[in-house]
Amino acid sequence: MEKELFEHGLNMNRRKFMSRLSIGLGSAALGSLLIPDLFGGNSSPEDAIMRGLPHFAPKAKRVIYLFQNGAPSQLETFDYKPLLCQMMGENLPESVRGGQRLTGMSSTQTSFPLIGSYYKFNQHGQSGAWVSELFPHMSKIVDDLCIIKTMNTEAINHDPALTFFQSGAQQGNRPSMGSWVSYGLGTENNNLPAFCVLLSRGKGNGQGVYSKLWTNGFLDSVHQGVQFSSGENPILYLQDPNGMDRQTRRKMLDQIAALNQEEFNNFGDPEISAKIQQYEMAYRMQTAVPEIMDTSKESEDIIKLYGPDCLVPGTYAANCLLARKLSENGVRFVQLYHQGWDQHGNLPNEMRGQAQDVDQPSAALITDLKQRGLLDETLVIWGGEFGRTNYCQGKMQVDNYGRDHHPRCFSIWMAGGGIKPGIVHGETDEFGYNIIKDPVHVHDFQATVLNLMGLDHEKLVYKYQGRRYRLTDLYGNIVNKIIA
Amino acid sequence: MPYETKLTMLSVKFKQGIILLLFIGSVCIFSCKNKIQQEEAIPDQVSYNYDVRPILSDKCFNCHGPDARKREAGLRLDLASEAFKALQDHPTKHSLVAGKPEQSELYIRVSTKDTNLLMPKPSSRLARLTDRELAIIKKWISQGAVYEPHWAFVAPKKKSLPSVNNKQWPINEIDYFILKKMENKGLEPNEIADKERLVKRAYMDLVGILPSPKETESFVNDKDPKAYDVLIDHLLNMPQYGERMAINWLDVARYSDSHGYQDDNYRSQWPWRDWVIHAFNKNMRYDSFITWQLAGDLLPNASKEQILATGFNRNHKITEEGGVIDEEYRVQYVVDRTNTFSRSILAVTVECAKCHDHKYDPISQKDYYQLYAFFNSVNEVGLEATVGGPETWAKNPRMQISNQDLQTTLSFINKIDTNKLEVSVMKDKDTARKTFLLARGNYDQPTTEVFPSTPAAILPFEKTLPKNRLGLAQWTFDKKNPLTARVFVNRIWQEFFGRGLVKSTADFGMQGDLPTHPELLDWLAVDFQENGWDIKRLVKQMVLSATYRQSSKISPDKLTKDPANLYLSYAPRVRFPAELIRDMLLCSSGLLNKTIGGPSVKPYQPDGLWEMATSGRGILRKYMQDSGQLLYRRGIYTFIKRTVPPPSMMMFDASNRDECQVSRYRTNTPLQALIMLNDPTMIEASKALADKILQTESNPTKIINEAFKTIICRNPSTKEMETLVSYWKDKKEDLIKNKTDADKMIAIGVYQPKTKNKTDLATTMHTIQIIYNMQEAITKT
Repeated sequence: MEKELFEHGLNMNRRKFMSRLSIGLGSAALGSLLIPDLFGGNSSPEDAIMRGLPHFAPKAKRVIYLFQNGAPSQLETFDYKPLLCQMMGENLPESVRGGQRLTGMSSTQTSFPLIGSYYKFNQHGQSGAWVSELFPHMSKIVDDLCIIKTMNTEAINHDPALTFFQSGAQQGNRPSMGSWVSYGLGTENNNLPAFCVLLSRGKGNGQGVYSKLWTNGFLDSVHQGVQFSSGENPILYLQDPNGMDRQTRRKMLDQIAALNQEEFNNFGDPEISAKIQQYEMAYRMQTAVPEIMDTSKESEDIIKLYGPDCLVPGTYAANCLLARKLSENGVRFVQLYHQGWDQHGNLPNEMRGQAQDVDQPSAALITDLKQRGLLDETLVIWGGEFGRTNYCQGKMQVDNYGRDHHPRCFSIWMAGGGIKPGIVHGETDEFGYNIIKDPVHVHDFQATVLNLMGLDHEKLVYKYQGRRYRLTDLYGNIVNKIIA
Repeated sequence: MPYETKLTMLSVKFKQGIILLLFIGSVCIFSCKNKIQQEEAIPDQVSYNYDVRPILSDKCFNCHGPDARKREAGLRLDLASEAFKALQDHPTKHSLVAGKPEQSELYIRVSTKDTNLLMPKPSSRLARLTDRELAIIKKWISQGAVYEPHWAFVAPKKKSLPSVNNKQWPINEIDYFILKKMENKGLEPNEIADKERLVKRAYMDLVGILPSPKETESFVNDKDPKAYDVLIDHLLNMPQYGERMAINWLDVARYSDSHGYQDDNYRSQWPWRDWVIHAFNKNMRYDSFITWQLAGDLLPNASKEQILATGFNRNHKITEEGGVIDEEYRVQYVVDRTNTFSRSILAVTVECAKCHDHKYDPISQKDYYQLYAFFNSVNEVGLEATVGGPETWAKNPRMQISNQDLQTTLSFINKIDTNKLEVSVMKDKDTARKTFLLARGNYDQPTTEVFPSTPAAILPFEKTLPKNRLGLAQWTFDKKNPLTARVFVNRIWQEFFGRGLVKSTADFGMQGDLPTHPELLDWLAVDFQENGWDIKRLVKQMVLSATYRQSSKISPDKLTKDPANLYLSYAPRVRFPAELIRDMLLCSSGLLNKTIGGPSVKPYQPDGLWEMATSGRGILRKYMQDSGQLLYRRGIYTFIKRTVPPPSMMMFDASNRDECQVSRYRTNTPLQALIMLNDPTMIEASKALADKILQTESNPTKIINEAFKTIICRNPSTKEMETLVSYWKDKKEDLIKNKTDADKMIAIGVYQPKTKNKTDLATTMHTIQIIYNMQEAITKT
């Protein structure tokens, strides 16, 4: 209730409160029209509003989520299973499979021949974590990462699995994780959305992304993920039309405000004043966003760090660099999606390309945040929506095979804000099929992310159609072992 | 003002308590009703339904309610027969002792200071009861702890009209109920809106397009006292009425042009949409409208039109993701139908009982699967490839629409080419599929077998009814069904007054909002039934009322007394729905293509959106913008690809059609400002309108007067005129110096202007763009 009351206060603040004040026409800097930062600073006046709502000091202020869309195989990346090489071609023992349901793609297979990684693994860093040779750059930063080998999910197909990861439910129009964080924490920058989305695509087999993955669901649409794109209009409709310079726009906005103010004087509808402010916010966004998108001022070292692709708009590398800049400028939740990780066949070949896309920029992001002193307050997440089977799908050759979807265990990593660096969490069996220690369910992961952001996943609720909804539904345990 | 100052002021204000919220919160997402109650004195006679039950439901029923599995201490508080029993663990004690709050464990436990005893338990994360809530519980018990059946589950009755002091004001029955409440609250109705604003309001509400300056003028000059009635009849008979009414129904029916999962390929379902428009236009009675959609295929000698109507239950998302488990998705489709039926027609959140008994409403999990059983026999599979060309990409069961159909029974379908056309419709298997209760809602955990039936708490399913969808339709329109009429009347009310009489249009259950005007709701519901479920008549009743005709002026006094305008002492100022913002631009500019129906169209959209998100498969991987007249179709015809819905619509809160949605949010964001400033649709509209005006006018005052009247539908005030004329003159000076700027702006949009004087054209475009960005341009006033 308090939270709801508070949200009400915020709505009031955003939409109404300002309209009570006399507004100089066309005056800039009217203050936040998005939600103010609730939890920033212990002595802020917002605390008075929040009194009685238990929450804790955040360990991370912002999130960058590098979603590897399509589900990269854990067996070629972070979960080293030499047994699979030894037993190459042998059938997956029924005792290991344990009745796991299969997708429609391999359920008709008569055998499930085990297949080991085409790629070699080595231990790296002080932690001695195993990383495959696909990731030479990530290997160098393993001591900054917490690799979780025991992620598990309930879905076995892309659409529901992605939706589950992002919204806590496989079906239904529920708010995305970024929307929940925006709802709970608001934005740090009044000129940027709190939740930004960046898309890229590798050459591997892709499965598409869906705008419902960054939907606000039943929350106010101010919490919707705003998709940034490469090109002239990084945010949809941001750019003034041809033939209109900034001064012309400013003048036009002043006239619009004058007319709207006149209407307000006659009709007294506070919504009109809110509208005037939204136009001011829009005007400021038009300046702030292109400034952030501009990579021309980045040093050569930075370009080198992320790799030359970071200057090619729309690539994963460019998105990693942009993610850093957005995050640095106070965007709460930056969500990347990189497509192409669905290797039902041709795995060794496709994964090489995918890894080349993401290895250097992902590592660069960590290094870059660290050198700016931002890694401590920024939570970075890397991972897909499920794992892949230890047996081959389709025709098996040592250098050409495929793997089907596997929900029971897969690897992701987290780094930065509040995460224990240089650890590997959880253990899977020798077959890389089942978890034997410290499982992390998707809801546990979500609860942990919220916790690191200073939000209690059981209290961050929103009442909709009579029911109180949470990102973690009715579940989720915080994974304390990975928290610093 | 600096940010900190604002926050400080906010916090200072906040300490003054809830008053500020009342003063300000008119667009709040949460029920404002509750907030107001906090301020109100506790009534002399406490009502279970209105005062007590909302507290019990929200704070107690979760553990002491209908859900048997989760019930704590054997205590059930939602039923009087259970609530007075001796406590299971303390047989000498009772949760409720009529007349004696201090002996009632319920009151003791919610009011105690001892956190070990306190209810709701702190671990439940539910806030403790407020002082006012405690006082209500106490008074209720003192007055005998009398339970009442839930209002929405008791069939409505028509009460006589209330007597009012101001006998002059009411025009029809609605007004008596509205005025009575106003008088009770110390409010007075607004004066009638000026004729210019009233005619625009009626046009936008009934047909969704603007009156032309001529139409406005002729209404304003019409001195006939019946002029307004004549206008309304005229609008109700326009073919655009069906389009306007269909907007909400397409949300309800989660209509879309793509399948919705993963590859999200095309589906050929638009003929069903054409039918909806047709049905509203011919004023199909609501009982037939729904019966056909639920069970048209089961009607005796079902016509093709009746079968087409059943496409309603096939509009849900359908997977085409290779590798899914068939049964998992087939079950999901049945679940979607069950949820859509209960949310849209019954407004009960039956879906909560899919995995467990309902926490608040008397709906068991068995009830859920009994209702589900009606929709479970469709002759369909979870995953199925489509064949043929795009317009046959329907899923089984399906219906072919022949050219002969188009000339006869299905003449309303706007099909231009001669290719085959198929739609997904309903057809059951020859033998009914067995239905089982699914443990925790999981498709692979069937338990006991169940048979088609309805929740008894709403209305038992009579044995004489056929146990199929047709029987369900008959049950739905049984005179004794307490929900059907109320729910529809409420949703229509929402369309015309901005919010429902029950604000939670999708939830009439225990957790839903209470009606602000229960007697009016019931009166309208019964009247609707008695008059043959006549939708046009219902609409007419609403728009002819004095309540509807009021001005939308908001005085500070009214804003203080009734910030959310629950009592309708002024007409709501509501932003147009997304579709109508587009229509307003097209209509005012003269670009609008008034064709009705046909395949959905792809107007201007920022580049790369579909391409960026696609899996690379299917014909929708690329956005192929339409050309020519197809660029100017009404918003309702804009192609909806579910995974990447049209952004300009989404930003104005349109439904993504993922699932049944009965009402939309109305937000106000900077991204909306960006669309209104920069969308080529708007720029092109300004060009077309400027071009049209400049054919006959050259004087800036006349130009602006015409533009203003076309867009805003009234004469500009002196001040507005001064502002715009001086802008126009300045702008012209600018553009004389900057000819390339004028050329660049004119080049936007494919419309080719006739005006030779580019400077005048661009100057007028700029000025019109300002008018388009007035809040009034996109607001019902």
